[in-house]
Amino acid sequence: MSEIISDLNTIDKESIRIAKKYKQKNKNAAGSKEGTFTKIAFISISLIFVVLMLVVPLISVVINSLKLGLAFYIESITTEYVISAIRITLLATVIAVIVNTFFGIVASWAITRFNFKGKQILTTLIDIPFSVSPVIAGLSYIMTFGRMGWATPILDTINEALGTDIQIAFAVPGVVLATIFVTFPFVSRELIPVLNAVGTDEEQAAALMGAGGLTIFRRITFPHIKWALLYGIILCTARALGEFGAVNALSKTRGGTFTLPLEIDALYLSGSADSITASFAVSSILVIISVIVLILRNIVEYKVKK
Amino acid sequence: MYLELKNINKKYGDYKASDDVNIQIEKGSLVALLGPSGSGKTTILRMIAGLETPDSGDIIIDGVRVNDIAPAERGIGFVFQNYALFRYMTVYDNIAFGLELKKVKKSDIRKRVNELIELTGLKGLEHRYPNQLSGGQRQRVAFARALAPNPSLLLLDEPFAAIDAKVRKELRSWLREMIYKVGITSIFVTHDQEEAVEVADEIIVTNKGRVEQIGDPVSIYKEPETPFVSEFIGQSTLIKNYYKLKGFEQGDYIGAIVRPEFVEAFKRDNSDFADVIDSSEVGTVTDILFRGNSLEVRLDVNGIELTTHRSLERRPIYIGEKLRVIVYRLFAVDEHRAYLLENTELQKKGFKDRRLDTYIYNENKYVVI
Ligand SMILES: Nc1ncnc2c1ncn2[C@@H]1O[C@H](COP(=O)(O)OP(=O)(O)OP(=O)(O)O)[C@@H](O)[C@H]1O
Ligand SMILES: [Mg+2]
Repeated sequence: MSEIISDLNTIDKESIRIAKKYKQKNKNAAGSKEGTFTKIAFISISLIFVVLMLVVPLISVVINSLKLGLAFYIESITTEYVISAIRITLLATVIAVIVNTFFGIVASWAITRFNFKGKQILTTLIDIPFSVSPVIAGLSYIMTFGRMGWATPILDTINEALGTDIQIAFAVPGVVLATIFVTFPFVSRELIPVLNAVGTDEEQAAALMGAGGLTIFRRITFPHIKWALLYGIILCTARALGEFGAVNALSKTRGGTFTLPLEIDALYLSGSADSITASFAVSSILVIISVIVLILRNIVEYKVKK
Repeated sequence: MYLELKNINKKYGDYKASDDVNIQIEKGSLVALLGPSGSGKTTILRMIAGLETPDSGDIIIDGVRVNDIAPAERGIGFVFQNYALFRYMTVYDNIAFGLELKKVKKSDIRKRVNELIELTGLKGLEHRYPNQLSGGQRQRVAFARALAPNPSLLLLDEPFAAIDAKVRKELRSWLREMIYKVGITSIFVTHDQEEAVEVADEIIVTNKGRVEQIGDPVSIYKEPETPFVSEFIGQSTLIKNYYKLKGFEQGDYIGAIVRPEFVEAFKRDNSDFADVIDSSEVGTVTDILFRGNSLEVRLDVNGIELTTHRSLERRPIYIGEKLRVIVYRLFAVDEHRAYLLENTELQKKGFKDRRLDTYIYNENKYVVI
């Protein structure tokens, strides 16, 4: 018996030795001259590309924004228009994130935990915002809620009945809806693969012990998905803050329904040298937010991997 | 009867995962559900637990029909195939979870959890997470967690599947001991006959959604009732022209199942077998395999391939050697049943089987029963 065991041991050692040798050989292959050259070439190309296309332009935004001095910078980001734009942007973002987080959890739960007809269709539908141009999203809301839209009579009736004056197209609700539309898939997109990977075993075990749906979600499922959820929320936030196309179609009042990207566009298009610098100043707010989001994203990504 | 399944049917689409299943289990017994992969073992377990609903039939626990009773109310502890421990909870919290749900007092929870940790030998690991445990330790946690709320029926789905062969053996006797200590009626699923024989008091053999046979390990082994059981248990080979073997006549069967321990092969000059040599016939050794504690010998007897095991203590043999062969008995099978046929020549002479032990062969080892 002990002979067999010692035999097995030698076999084990042998196979480990072979494995090590193999690894070394592989490393050598990558470490050969040719390999090094390819490696350096690939890394430099990607690096140069990223720097030229992304980093330099963004830095130039920040530099340009300070061209006329700090006083001008502060002045340009505190105009009535800009403050209003910040307010609208934050409002749209917060609502979009809340709605889409809720929706994302419900939808991904439905898709991964229940069997129903049309599941595949639902999965595909959720992804529509990824494949449809945001401008079309904006236009479709105009078609629905605009002067000629099919939903306008309904809205009018409601307004009449309640004595309210809710407008959607070319009003703040429209901006919010458009933002929700374009950021729709982010949370569920992150959650679906995680929920699939986690499986239902733990949930079943908990259910068998008598745990209700909410307890199961809170104690069992949520810990599994929390980082993916946060990641989805961050992506959703980043996209909501920067959305231009869809909002542009629905928002025409500067200082009323304009978001930051629209305000930047307006400042830039107004053409005077001062206003162009001002547009850079306002842009730098978004750049700074983006950098913060990027850092958060990396932290969360690291946690997700762990 | 503590647990009864009456005429249970369950279909997945067109596939009958359970086909008129009838099972009765006594209080306090430890039962194995044994069958090949896909034979519906898990399905039966899940229906008992209420994780799956049968299409028809009754599930009765302790005299109460539980079909419409919620899973959590059935008083069942379930050990999942891969344990399904809560990965974001410590060992302690895993075991305490079921008790917390029942709103047991904190101090009572602590008492019960510590008791189980003591019982399962997990002391010192309370604050570890499942991914910081070995396979065997995980199994213990799963076991403790299932037992925590004091269930009256314990269901285990392949409790040893995720554990490597060496530790598995230890855990088997551990689990058996534990279950007896706790005194809980238990059913465990396995597709390993050695495991079933070693752990269970009673074995339920399943195949294609049907229950083939229910009985204690010895009777399952010695008196298989169906063709499937006779072939599935032990190291069995089906031969068509069994009637060409000396001592067996043709009957209304489709074939016969022979196990290695039914076959004796000896050298001509072996004096131990001098009295039966007339009842033997010539077989040529076609292959010899070393099986650790014995040799597995393939023989060609009149064109029929037979297999036997040979002790390493006996004289060496070689391929091509002509030995004398006797088949003591075999299981003749028709479409539905298996019948034990004894060697008529030997019976006439009043000779008995010379083998002292009967054993089940599995995973290169023998289990003596
Ligand atoms: N949810 C399901 N949907 C469709 N078919 C299923 C489902 N669950 C099980 N089956 C089928 O029912 C049959 C029995 O499955 P079951 O899981 O009970 O087998 P098993 O005996 O436990 O097998 P194993 O030893 O591989 O675990 C299999 O053919 C399987 O494919
Ligand atoms: Mg199974």
